[in-house]
Amino acid sequence: MSTRTLTARPSRRINWGRVFIYTVLIIGAIISAIPFIYMIMTSLKSYGSVVVNNFWPWWPFGTEPLQFNNYPDAIKEAGVDRQWGVPLIYRYFLNSIIIALATLVGTLLTSILAAYALTHIKLPGGNLIFLLVLTTIMIPNDLTLVPKVVMMFNLGWYNTYAALIVPFLASVFGIFLLRQFFMQIPKDLFEAALLDGAGHLQYLWSVVMPLSKPAIITIALLNFIASWDSFKWPLLVTRDASMRVLAVGLQQFNASDGGTQTQWMMAFAGMVILPVIVFYFFTQKYFTEGIARTGIKG
Amino acid sequence: MAPPANAISTDSTRPRITSRAWRRYQEIGLGYILLAPALIILLVFEFFPVFYGLYISMCNWKLSCVAFIGADNFTRAFEDPDMWNSLIVTISYSLISVPLQLGLGLFLAYLLFQNIRGKDMLRVLFFLPYITSTVASAAVWSYLYSPDRGPINAILRALGFNGLKWLGESKGIFTLLAQNWDMTLPGWAAGPPLALISLIIYTTWVFVGYDIAIFLAGLGNIPVELYEAARIDGASGWKLFRHITIPLLSPTTFFLLILTVIGTFKAFNHIYVMTRGGPADATQTMGVFIFKQMYESQRYGYSAALSFVLFAIILLLTIFQNRVASGRVVYD
Repeated sequence: MSTRTLTARPSRRINWGRVFIYTVLIIGAIISAIPFIYMIMTSLKSYGSVVVNNFWPWWPFGTEPLQFNNYPDAIKEAGVDRQWGVPLIYRYFLNSIIIALATLVGTLLTSILAAYALTHIKLPGGNLIFLLVLTTIMIPNDLTLVPKVVMMFNLGWYNTYAALIVPFLASVFGIFLLRQFFMQIPKDLFEAALLDGAGHLQYLWSVVMPLSKPAIITIALLNFIASWDSFKWPLLVTRDASMRVLAVGLQQFNASDGGTQTQWMMAFAGMVILPVIVFYFFTQKYFTEGIARTGIKG
Repeated sequence: MAPPANAISTDSTRPRITSRAWRRYQEIGLGYILLAPALIILLVFEFFPVFYGLYISMCNWKLSCVAFIGADNFTRAFEDPDMWNSLIVTISYSLISVPLQLGLGLFLAYLLFQNIRGKDMLRVLFFLPYITSTVASAAVWSYLYSPDRGPINAILRALGFNGLKWLGESKGIFTLLAQNWDMTLPGWAAGPPLALISLIIYTTWVFVGYDIAIFLAGLGNIPVELYEAARIDGASGWKLFRHITIPLLSPTTFFLLILTVIGTFKAFNHIYVMTRGGPADATQTMGVFIFKQMYESQRYGYSAALSFVLFAIILLLTIFQNRVASGRVVYD
């Protein structure tokens, strides 16, 4: 009778804990991504397949070709912009881009200048001013919605780019974030610059701004995402199809043809979503850093 | 502000104000100029509207204050059954969303924290719903929920169940369950409308990725030595979680709690796109209600008053949360 030896056996027992963890996470990730995948799939189906809920009408289970034509067809279906003579969907994209860029440049400009003044210049009443800015952060958008809309009418800005851009040229969040950043720049750098004969503006331009690139990128990313999804405000302050931003145009399409022509609706939604996803895959690092920075430092 | 003591010289051959003082004035002037653009925009478009809004809320407003009616809009709000309905809808929406979102977010973040291979890829995927346009993804989910063309019902039918009306279902979920077993429930036990639950599922899908990102950062801030020390003392698994992770994560959790609750009260885009507040006002939150009063009924004064009511509620909630949490949040 042989005795069993107490040699160390390689552990071939499955760590069920790890299996559970991976399974849950993978299922979660699939759930996160699947609506987008289904959107793309549906945008490549024909109307007939959509109506009968045919899951896979193409090869190898069916004979239908991939309906890439749904994309140009959706663009055609949305109509033509009477003002500029381009397809309306192009106009929606252009509007959103114009507004996103204008508000981004404006916000960066006003926030950088203001944050610099607050941190590098001793101003009489500077603390009071900062307190004012602080209280503004607590004012919710919904509270000021009605009066701001009325103001657009009063100023004659209703249905113009001014209404979509001017109120957003300053951002408390931007001032906050940049102030935080600027305060961390060592004072010695400033003194050295002064000795070299540089003034405030030169210092700001050649030293402070390059050092604040991460904050600037965070602001740019968040501003872009907010612009792309901007819906409630544009809906309230514009009227013509020519002035619609992307989200408003999308909803308009959804409420008209989108309900029945699902494949075109998905194509339109795809045109709005896919560029952002691609952009995100290339810039994720900045996103996660930016979000974490705003989350924890609060 | 008085000029520096040596600024004004009394010597008749020297300039009245020294160049040093002049430079200081220039600096101060520059400071104000740099601040001005941001300040003006914020004052005009954030600060002033609060007071203007209060004025509008006390008017019968038709393009201007046609009649000053004081607190009438406010009393009308409290007597309006639609207002109370939207308040209940908003509270139900928040009450169910917040624990679901935060619980799921913490759970997934904790899993992701356990040295997972492919962690970065998984995080990217979880984050996708958050960075895409809510109007667009809400339109996609409207299709997913479609009773006759959507994949969700298709899967249910493939598994042998009947399809549901999802976004078009105003009946409560408990009522529906009871119907499935041929029972009827009394009205008060109906539960939240299925349409609302459908919206909540969507909201969770969008924001869990964000919660995971924040929780992961919070988990990363907990010193590893604490876990090691506890392990030496024999603690493991659940004990570690309960006595180290949860307390040290509490500032993060509290931050997310406030943010999420406020977020649910402000929710608008997806509700408007997916249900417009229907069916039968089953998903008409305060945000949607206030919007409709302005956009569809042109009742600016009433809408303004309602937004103040909503603001007061959110303020009270935040203060309340602060009180409750101050004893429980651990800062070091």
